[in-house]
Amino acid sequence: MSLSRVGVYVCHCGTNIAANVDVARLAEFARSLPGAVLARDYPYMCSDRGQALIREDVSEQALDRVVVAACSPRMHEPTFRDAVRQAGLNPYMVEMANIREQCAWVHDDRARATEKATRLVASAVARAVLLEPLEERQVDVEPGVVVIGGGIAGLAATLTVAEAGYSAYLVERSGSLGGRVRELDRTYPTLDKVQVVLRELVSRVAAHPNVTILLRSSVTSVDGCVGDFTVEVKTRGANLGEGVDASRDSQTLVVGSVIVATGFDPFDPRRKPELGYGQYPSVITTLELEQRLAAGDLGDNGAAPRRVAFLQCVGSRDVQVGNPYCSRVCCMVVAKQARQLRGLMPDAEITVYYSDVRTFGKGAEEFYDETRAQGVLYRRASVSEIVRSQNRVRLVGEDTLLSRAIGVEVDLVVLATGMEAGADSASLSAMLRLQRSPDGFFLEAHPKLRPVDTATAGVYLAGCCQGPKGIADTIAHAKAAASSALIPLLRGSVQADAATAIVNPALCANCGLCVEECPYGAPALDPFRGVATVNALLCQGCGACAVVCPAKAISLQHATACQVLAQVDALMA
Amino acid sequence: MRTQPLVEQMELMGCIQCGRCTGGCPLARKTALNIRSLIYDMLVAPEMDVHAHQELWDCTCCFTCVERCPKDVRPAELIIALRGEMVESGRIPETVGAALMGVFRQGNPSGIAREDRSAWVGDGPQPKAAQEGCELLYFVGCSPSYDPRLQTVPRTLARVFSQAGTDFGTLGTEENCCGSEVQRMGEAGLFEMLVEENGELIRRTGASRLVTTSPHCYTALKNEYALGKVEVLHYTQLLADLLAHGQLAFDREVPRIVTYHDPCFLGKHNQIYEEPRAVLNAIPGLQLVEMDRNRERSLCCEGGGGRMWAEGTNPEERLSAQRVEEAAATGADVLAVACPFCLLTLEDAVKVAGLEDQLRVMDVAELVADALDLPVTNQIGAPLARSTGPEREC
Repeated sequence: MSLSRVGVYVCHCGTNIAANVDVARLAEFARSLPGAVLARDYPYMCSDRGQALIREDVSEQALDRVVVAACSPRMHEPTFRDAVRQAGLNPYMVEMANIREQCAWVHDDRARATEKATRLVASAVARAVLLEPLEERQVDVEPGVVVIGGGIAGLAATLTVAEAGYSAYLVERSGSLGGRVRELDRTYPTLDKVQVVLRELVSRVAAHPNVTILLRSSVTSVDGCVGDFTVEVKTRGANLGEGVDASRDSQTLVVGSVIVATGFDPFDPRRKPELGYGQYPSVITTLELEQRLAAGDLGDNGAAPRRVAFLQCVGSRDVQVGNPYCSRVCCMVVAKQARQLRGLMPDAEITVYYSDVRTFGKGAEEFYDETRAQGVLYRRASVSEIVRSQNRVRLVGEDTLLSRAIGVEVDLVVLATGMEAGADSASLSAMLRLQRSPDGFFLEAHPKLRPVDTATAGVYLAGCCQGPKGIADTIAHAKAAASSALIPLLRGSVQADAATAIVNPALCANCGLCVEECPYGAPALDPFRGVATVNALLCQGCGACAVVCPAKAISLQHATACQVLAQVDALMA
Repeated sequence: MRTQPLVEQMELMGCIQCGRCTGGCPLARKTALNIRSLIYDMLVAPEMDVHAHQELWDCTCCFTCVERCPKDVRPAELIIALRGEMVESGRIPETVGAALMGVFRQGNPSGIAREDRSAWVGDGPQPKAAQEGCELLYFVGCSPSYDPRLQTVPRTLARVFSQAGTDFGTLGTEENCCGSEVQRMGEAGLFEMLVEENGELIRRTGASRLVTTSPHCYTALKNEYALGKVEVLHYTQLLADLLAHGQLAFDREVPRIVTYHDPCFLGKHNQIYEEPRAVLNAIPGLQLVEMDRNRERSLCCEGGGGRMWAEGTNPEERLSAQRVEEAAATGADVLAVACPFCLLTLEDAVKVAGLEDQLRVMDVAELVADALDLPVTNQIGAPLARSTGPEREC
């Protein structure tokens, strides 16, 4: 132990850590730890200069282990592993102490936070001296991508993958492609026919030799890891010929990446009973108006409504229905539909009831300006209730600029209903090991730096399954997801984490408990040698087998019993 | 007063000024009451003269604003807090002061003698004293105890509870105002005292269930008293439960078309919509029709939030007048209610509108009495003497 030479680096993270932890004192403390030969504090360890500092010390001070006390390892462990690799150290000789998320951000007593940080650093150093170099495995990448969901996001992602020269398997639950966009009439802000845009995209996807389209199909399981996913797809019978064996309706796809493009569900306004949707036929949703506009039939039996009201924010920005977020598209959808109605019914009175107008994006505010210029009135009043009034309905609310209660009789009410996470998000998140944000949508790996990646390497998000988006943003997101999904395919091989389980055959009793416990099917009993073996390609390093093994024959590399116990001892000291 | 403390306590910074509170407020259409604008005033101005806002006494605490707010600001609770500021200063409407004094002195807002609280029993069987122990504690409430028009309701319920074989008792003349309206008139100190006294009295009976006549008592006892293991029920819930378990069955036909008015304190405050309807639907021959606005959309009768005692500033037509028109439009011949305040306000409104020949206001309990052929029904519709207490303004 005394032979190890550990360098400890305390990051200020600007003031994120330094404001609540005495970083200078922490570094001074670290120097006193057994095995530590130097300790420094620095404003941003993840910066180029911070990394250079580590590289220089590794060379000049002959460090053989590095401890970085900074943010979560989920954030920057790869950064520091790369840094030591460049300096000639094995990347597994890095240990991180999370003194930001687990210390500075959650405590406000500086003295006690500093004390806690010293324990975390002591624990990291205790573990660091026991770290062993591990060899990273190179995994060959299967040159294909499965795209789940055939809406506009899935289509755009599929086409991008196919055009890059790789196989794309597009799995769509329904019998046709296009998803929610099939119900739309025109785009904003350019008023293009959505179906023309969609038809072009669908025909390019369908015609592409690299694309396999699986309609009426669902993904039933996803196993493996980046570069080597095994995806089971079940297809419902309709497209199978007579006499086809029912067991043939499922197939296995082996691909390098998976793109999730499962979309959203529209908010059901029956959950706001005060708006009378489902009760009054003249109360409809923006989606329904879109369908009517697309069909060229407003459903008014010839008697054009004289007074039309649009209501913004139905089911969005509303904690009462559990949707605190803005759905991002409704303001522009309403501006567009109001403009379309203006053109169709020049004599009608068209009013948009809003509490905030959010027309962001290229050409959007200009579109809003033009909509008003064409005679659509915007009234800052969010309607609280809709009641029957003979053949019409009455909007009841407050004009908040006039501070006056209002009651307005109208012929047609259009509710701008927002977006929600798809009803199957929970089952998908379990199957793909995807995290969800509090709003129910799938969580990206980083809100700014990794908007299409997920916490599971090789699985990417495209479109509204990650959060509400308009068509343009959805396609941009989908193409970004496809580009990221192509990275491992283009490289041809990926480095798989070496932190996997290994079996000591001398101790193994061939009991098979590990085989039962493993969620990834990695361990197997070798019938000839009479011991368990672990397939390192399938192993995700979760450690379940190591814990369950009664003979302690399995050990999880990079989290060995010795390392973990040393860490705990240092914490408790 | 300084606005900052209430801005913080009531989390008013969460308000986005959308106006769904005032937009949904049934009084805002009639008076100067505008809670959205008042919140804005409080956010931008460090000082506010609360006495310049007498319209705060208009609020019925129907909680439509609380239901509608998309940001979980609780506007009605701000109104109660602002009333509290007025109560604290001692400058309050005379009728409010009298009601609070009545509760303090006699345990009821009408200030009628405490020893007359069991008058509702009339010539009916004397219920058991809950103080001697019982499984079900029947909390009668102030207005049903004293108001001759309302007394038929507890009288009926007591017979129904007996018939269903429940082991029930009442607190007799020891029963005290629950304080629901006291709290909503802003007298937090008196309310706290009532919670302590009544809570002790209730716990001492050892009852495992408590049933109330009034949704107002129900709201206070269920949500604002920490009664622990005592299950608090509104009587419509108990009747629905007795019917479901076969402990109660209706055999007499009541061939009436009935529309049911959801009381705010049962519906919007506690989301109890189905049990009263289940009771009505169990009555043979009774046809239930719905008003356009029902359940969470029900229009307030203007009797809650202390409004039975605070006149408010509404110079226009009562909400109850609008509500009976809505009821009449359904073609129903009975407007059923499950709240003593609704019974009084809507019955008055029927008279004012001259709808007596067309529409009769009945408590659900009274329809139940009809369906059970209980003798107490004889009194329904009979001319009743007015309360001997201070004049009620309605």
